[in-house]
Amino acid sequence: MTIHTQATRAESGIDAARGLQMYSQMARIRVFEERVNELYTRAIMPGLAHLYIGQEAVAVGVCAQLEPDDYITSTHRGHGHCLAKGAQPDRMFAELLGKEAGYCRGRGGSMHIADPATGNLGANAIVAGSAGVATGAAFSAKWRGSGQVAVCFFGEGALGQGVLYEVMNLAQLWLLPVVYVCENNLYNEYTHYRETTAGEVLARPAAFGMHAEQVDGQDVRAVFAAAGRLVTRARSGGGPAFLQCDTYRYRGHHVGDINRVFYRSKEEEQEWMTTRDPLARFGDWLCRLGFADPADLEACFVTARHEIETAAQFALDSPFPDASDVQRHVYA
Amino acid sequence: MPETAVRELTFAEAIREALAEELRRDPRVVVLGEDVAEAGTPFKVLSGLVEEFGTTRIIDTPISEAGFTGLAVGAAMTGMRPIVDIMFGDFLTLVMDQMVNQAAKIHYMSGGALQVPMVLRTTMGATRRSAAQHSQSLHAWVSHVPGLKVVLPSTPYDAKGLLKSAIRDQNPVVFFEDKMMYRLKGPVPLEEYTIPLGVADIKRPGTDITIVATSSMVQTAMAAAELLEQVGISAEVVDPRTTSPLDRDTLVDSVKKTSRAIVVDEGHERYGVTAEIAAVIADGAFYHLDAPVKRLGAMDVPVPFSPPLEDVTVPTENTIFDLARTLCGKA
Repeated sequence: MTIHTQATRAESGIDAARGLQMYSQMARIRVFEERVNELYTRAIMPGLAHLYIGQEAVAVGVCAQLEPDDYITSTHRGHGHCLAKGAQPDRMFAELLGKEAGYCRGRGGSMHIADPATGNLGANAIVAGSAGVATGAAFSAKWRGSGQVAVCFFGEGALGQGVLYEVMNLAQLWLLPVVYVCENNLYNEYTHYRETTAGEVLARPAAFGMHAEQVDGQDVRAVFAAAGRLVTRARSGGGPAFLQCDTYRYRGHHVGDINRVFYRSKEEEQEWMTTRDPLARFGDWLCRLGFADPADLEACFVTARHEIETAAQFALDSPFPDASDVQRHVYA
Repeated sequence: MPETAVRELTFAEAIREALAEELRRDPRVVVLGEDVAEAGTPFKVLSGLVEEFGTTRIIDTPISEAGFTGLAVGAAMTGMRPIVDIMFGDFLTLVMDQMVNQAAKIHYMSGGALQVPMVLRTTMGATRRSAAQHSQSLHAWVSHVPGLKVVLPSTPYDAKGLLKSAIRDQNPVVFFEDKMMYRLKGPVPLEEYTIPLGVADIKRPGTDITIVATSSMVQTAMAAAELLEQVGISAEVVDPRTTSPLDRDTLVDSVKKTSRAIVVDEGHERYGVTAEIAAVIADGAFYHLDAPVKRLGAMDVPVPFSPPLEDVTVPTENTIFDLARTLCGKA
C-alpha cells in the first residue's frame, strides 16, 4: 500500500482554470447543502437529509478525474457525489422536495438520486448497498470493452458489511475497472469507527491483493492526484483499487442530529473546521500560487449562491407528482 | 419445419435449450454462478453450454451469492442481460438485499430512468432428502415484492417458453425450477416459441372443481385429477405459471364455472402463495362458490431429513384427492 498525504503541483496537474473549476464545484456543494439544511429545518423538505458538508474535496477530487460516461454509485450522503458527477441542482432540489421534475420524478428522494446521463447509477440507502452495482457496472464496462471506469463511493461504516468484501474479491479476481473510494469521516452514524472496525482499513484491500492508497481527504489536490492514478490504472486494465480518504462530517449523521456531544466533542469539530477545511485549504493554495485571489474565491461563492437559490426556487415552484401516477415505473 | 415437429425433452433439457437459444440470439446475455461452466451445475442443467459459449459467457463465480448477484444487478443496469444461477432456493436468503432492495426498486426509485433486465434462476422443492437448508420453496417471499416478476414452470414446454420470455424481459425475474422435475419429460416443439409472463394455463379442463397448482404441484394435481375422474369428479387444473404478475382473471373464471377451488403450492401454507390465490378467488368468485376455498401448502415446519417425516410435509395426489372429494360432497 502507498500513503500519499501531499500532492506536489506537478503531480496534481491542477492549473488555474482547473483549480477554479474544482473550487467552484466544492463551493456549489457546500452552498447546496446549506440550502438543504435550511429547507429541512424549516420543514419544507420531507424525509431525511444527510449533509456532505466537510467532505467536498473527496467527491470533487475523484469526479474531476472521471469522464462523463464513467460510472459512480453513491450513498445516503450522496448530494456531493451527484453534483460533482454533473447533476444539476434544480432537478436535485426538485427530487429532494418530492417533485415530478426531480431526477427520479419524486420517487426516490434525497437518498436515491440517479442520473444515467451523467453516469450516476444511483445513491443507495443501504450501507454498502451499491457495492454490487458499481462492481457490476465495472464488469459490464470490461465485458463490453467500453473503456469506462466505475467509482464506488462509500463511508467507513460500510466496512462492516459482507457484500463489500464479496465484490472486492470478484473485482480483484477478474481485474475489473472499479475504484472503491472509502470516505472515512470517522463516524458510523453516532459511533466512532474505531469502536466498530477491527484492524486497519487498508489491511482489507491488502488481503485481496488489491492496490490501495490513503490520502488526506481534506486536501482536494491529494484526492485528485490519487484518483487520477487509480482511475488511469483501472482504465488501462490494471484492475481495481481502493482509496481511503480521511475526512470529516461537519454536521450530524442527518440534519436532525444536533446534540452530538455524546459521541464527539465540539472541540474536535472546531479543530477540523478551522484547521483542515477543504475549501479554505484549497483556496489558500490557489491564492499562494497566484491562480486566484480572494475576490475570485468569493466570486465562486456568489455564483454558487445565485445558482443554488434559482435552483431551489425552481423546485419550490414545481408541481408534485399526480397521485394517480403512483404505480407507474414499478415495472419497465 | 412443420408445426407438429415436437420432441420429448426433459425439464432440464428444455431449460438448457432456452438458455442456449437466448445466448445465441443476444450477445448481452451471460450466465453467472457457482460451478455453472465445466461442471454444468450439480444438477447438470447447464452441461454443454460452456463448450459452445466459452467462459466469457458461462462464468464460474466464487461461492458468493450476494456478491455475484449484486454484480449482476449492476451489469444489467449498464447494458447486459445477466442470468444468475442460485443453486438452491434456500440461498435466496443470501441475496435478498440485492434482489429486494436493489434489483426490485431501482427502476421505480429512479423514476424509470434505470432498468434491471436480469434473471435469477433457482430451485425449489422438497422430498429430495436434503433437509431443511436445501429443500425450501421460498417463491412467496419474492412474490411479495413489487418490482420482481416470479415464474414457476410446471412442464418442459412451459419452462422453455417462460425462460425465454424472462430473459427478454426488462425487469428482474426470479425463475424457480423444482429440482424434482429436472428429469420429467414432455413435448417441446422444435420451432422457436415464447410464453408471455402473466398468462395462466388450463392444464386440464373440468367442471366440478378447480385445482389451482404451481410448479411440480401441477403434476401432482394432474395425478389427483385422474383419481378424481375415476370417482366421477371432473377437476379443472389451472396453472398460474407466474405468481407475479398473477393472471387473476383465468383463476376467477375457472372457479365461477366449477364453484369449488383448492389451491396447491409447495411453499409453506401460512402467509403463502396459497393464501394469496385463495383470497383472489374468494374475492372474485364469491357469489359462485359452493364451498370454502381450501388450501394445501407445505406443512409449517422446517423440512425434515428423515424420509417418513419429510413425505408428510408436502401435498400429494392423495391429499388433494381426499380434499377434493370432501369439497364435492362425495367423500
